[in-house]
Amino acid sequence: MAAVEPIIRTRDLNVYYGPTMVINGVTMDMEPNRITAIIGPSGSGKSTLLRCFNRMNDLIPTFRLTGEVLFDGQNLYASGVDPTEIRYQIGMVFQRPNPFPKSIFDNVAFGPRVNGFKGDLPGLVEQSIRRAALWDEVKDRLKESALSLSGGQQQRLCIARALAVEPRVILMDEPCSALDPISTLAIEELMRELSRQYSIVIVTHNMQQAARVSDFTAFLTPQGDKTSELIEYGETRQIFTTPKDERTEAYITGRFG
Amino acid sequence: MAIISQGEFRRRMNRRKVEGHIFHALCLVAVLIGLAMLGALLFNILSDGLTRVNWSFITSFPSRHPEQAGIQAALLGSIYVVALAGALAFTFGVGAAIYLEEYAARNWFAKIIQINISNLAGVPSIVYGILGLEIFVRYLALGKSVMAGGLTLALLVLPIVIIAAEEAIRAVPSSIREGGYALGATRWQAIWHLVLPQAFPGILTGVILAVSRAIGETAPLIVMGALTFVPFAPDGPMSRFTVLPIQIFNWVSRPQEGFHEAAAAGIIVLLVLLLTMNALAVILRNKFQRRTEG
Ligand SMILES: Nc1ncnc2c1ncn2[C@@H]1O[C@H](COP(=O)(O)OP(=O)(O)OP(=O)(O)O)[C@@H](O)[C@H]1O
Ligand SMILES: [Mg+2]
Repeated sequence: MAAVEPIIRTRDLNVYYGPTMVINGVTMDMEPNRITAIIGPSGSGKSTLLRCFNRMNDLIPTFRLTGEVLFDGQNLYASGVDPTEIRYQIGMVFQRPNPFPKSIFDNVAFGPRVNGFKGDLPGLVEQSIRRAALWDEVKDRLKESALSLSGGQQQRLCIARALAVEPRVILMDEPCSALDPISTLAIEELMRELSRQYSIVIVTHNMQQAARVSDFTAFLTPQGDKTSELIEYGETRQIFTTPKDERTEAYITGRFG
Repeated sequence: MAIISQGEFRRRMNRRKVEGHIFHALCLVAVLIGLAMLGALLFNILSDGLTRVNWSFITSFPSRHPEQAGIQAALLGSIYVVALAGALAFTFGVGAAIYLEEYAARNWFAKIIQINISNLAGVPSIVYGILGLEIFVRYLALGKSVMAGGLTLALLVLPIVIIAAEEAIRAVPSSIREGGYALGATRWQAIWHLVLPQAFPGILTGVILAVSRAIGETAPLIVMGALTFVPFAPDGPMSRFTVLPIQIFNWVSRPQEGFHEAAAAGIIVLLVLLLTMNALAVILRNKFQRRTEG
């Protein structure tokens, strides 16, 4: 894994909510233009870990972190780093589709607008919606409210919205958990397509999904009470065929968690 | 077997149904009493005053002769003072609500502020009149002006606006905010472009309530020194003024029958003004609701 420069790396990452330590000592490197899946039982801190990568946890008052998260070699939590700038480069798609109560066009245009984009906005919006494989379904109704779309369409709109600011990394927190199997397949296909240009980190509950779409898989699980550790991290094929740790094997074969 | 025997169930069922009917009837009576009161009030006022409401009543100034007395000064005074109070309360109320909901740390200090705002909403309005007299009229030397009256009423209704705006802001799901932050929006951009548009209908509802309260207020303005006999239209923020409730009160307390008719006519004008303002706000609110709900 050392051949290419990692895009995101964590060093000895510990996360606390108030006095409770929820993540202990996570160190991992994520390769660019690959899909990295984070799996683990419910409450094992997958979302927490993912939200460390774009400083989304800053919004939680009790959140505290020690260790480092490096993006392109730069520590995201160093003093003087502006989380807004980070989020401009590291986009996020949430578990529940959360379109803004605005038109389809305005949803996608939101990111470029707040970041002061001065170019061809309609062009950028169209290109982003096309990349999210949604264009044919919405091209005639860009002025309609985004809330009139189906759940699967809304989630693809949220992906388009994230793509419109041209981030380098896209974080996805269980992006398909609120969707039916057909929309799920559409989004998985889309992720494969996007991984040519973007680095993607996805949290998923769905083992088959991790096996289908990801290049690398990280397995988190609580050790003892609440504190989770990174048990195993490696190429997805290896994790799913020849896991090194028996806890990983137990989890992926469904004997646990 | 069922938990209750068939016969017992039937008997109880009948009783439950009767209870339901009684409750239904009681609620209906409650509504009818309210409606009857309102109807009687309206009938009383309309029968006394409707003949007096005409263009010359609206454009005339008060007079010693009841049949010549008009409402122009009070009507304009009310509109100016309440518009000023509404605008001020909206601006500062929404500002305060944004601060408390979006910026302030959730600590004991914020909690104390919160409790005090709720308390302020319950302070008798005359206390605000004394405050207005001391601060605006005397200390800031605004005199007994439209400006001082507007500021006093703004203070009075500010808690209502703050509380309504806070609730409206709190009702915006955090997923919307997070969605904005995740795209690189600053806190201010998320508030301005995402939170406020969605909270706006609720904020407007608060402002409707506030303005409706302000337009009927008499006591604080009397304490503050609004006039009771104003034979001129207010011509600017520093002009002296009177408002509809004061004018009405003044006419009611006169012995002549003609002034009582003028008072009833004044009440009709006040009601129409109130309804017009509320209707305007409701239309605005619905327009925004449609826009955000799509
Ligand atoms: N805001 C918070 N304050 C305090 N504790 C929290 C907070 N958010 C999460 N936790 C705790 O941190 C732990 C990890 O939560 P997290 O949401 O990251 O888990 P997860 O792996 O994403 O779970 P799921 O698969 O159910 O989404 C849990 O024990 C949870 O209770
Ligand atoms: Mg989660």
